Amino acid sequence: MLFRRPFYSPTWGMRNPFEELERMRRQLDGMFGGLDRTSSRVLGAGVFPLINLKEDRDNYSVRAELPGLKPEDINISVTGNNLSISGERKIASEGENVRYHRREREAGSFSRVIVLPGEVDADKVEATHLDGILTVVIPKAEATKPKQITVH
Amino acid sequence: MAETKEIQAKEKQEVSVPAEQTKPGPVFTPAVDIFETEKEITLLADLPGVKSDELKIDLRDNVLTLTGDVAPWEGAEEEDLLIEYEIGRYFRQFTLSEVIDQNKIDAQLNDGVLRLTLPKIEKAAPRKISVKAG
Repeated sequence: MLFRRPFYSPTWGMRNPFEELERMRRQLDGMFGGLDRTSSRVLGAGVFPLINLKEDRDNYSVRAELPGLKPEDINISVTGNNLSISGERKIASEGENVRYHRREREAGSFSRVIVLPGEVDADKVEATHLDGILTVVIPKAEATKPKQITVH
Repeated sequence: MAETKEIQAKEKQEVSVPAEQTKPGPVFTPAVDIFETEKEITLLADLPGVKSDELKIDLRDNVLTLTGDVAPWEGAEEEDLLIEYEIGRYFRQFTLSEVIDQNKIDAQLNDGVLRLTLPKIEKAAPRKISVKAG
């Protein structure tokens, strides 16, 4: 079975101390970015939305930043080990007599499938969306949780 | 039938030379839309993770400053498997060319999007001066 895990992700399997290295790398890339117009780095899977996947003993958790979306605009489904997040962000038009000075926010559709590293319990998935942050908590299947064995 | 385009993934823009912060951590530049009509300037900023009491809006000397704090990494007991974006505060400053009526500034923060309405000071109506012949 093929697991799609970005092998180059420096934080794979490790805690957050790499945050500093990631930022330094980004700043260096920013300095040399002018030499090469095309982006030479891949952002994780390069698909919107960018996610943070974490786990503890009982659950996987997926977080994504999705500002401007209401909970009912986001579609989440779990099929086997795959978590699918999709939806569409709309930016309302503001009327006719407006002059734009800046337009940096993007609207459009997005769809992303995340392969979870282990078996999950699809019936107990919970998702909340607050202040533009989506949090999906996916309980691991009972069979995969470590069983404590007492030593006599 | 028009096809909706897809949103492209973008890395969060970090502020390049931030002023010394009291709290450590990355500082990001939020994406904004700014437009104006005759009566007001409206600013829309994407600030995911910022709650209304963590957002500071400051306007003095025609410089508008937005600062937003976010809650730090949740779930400290969790192990990281894949981290694609970082969490940090938001900061952006703008110089306004128009004079703003500070009493009527309106700010709404919903679903991580700030809508800031800055009404312009009404200019005095031009006085017509009639010239009498004589």
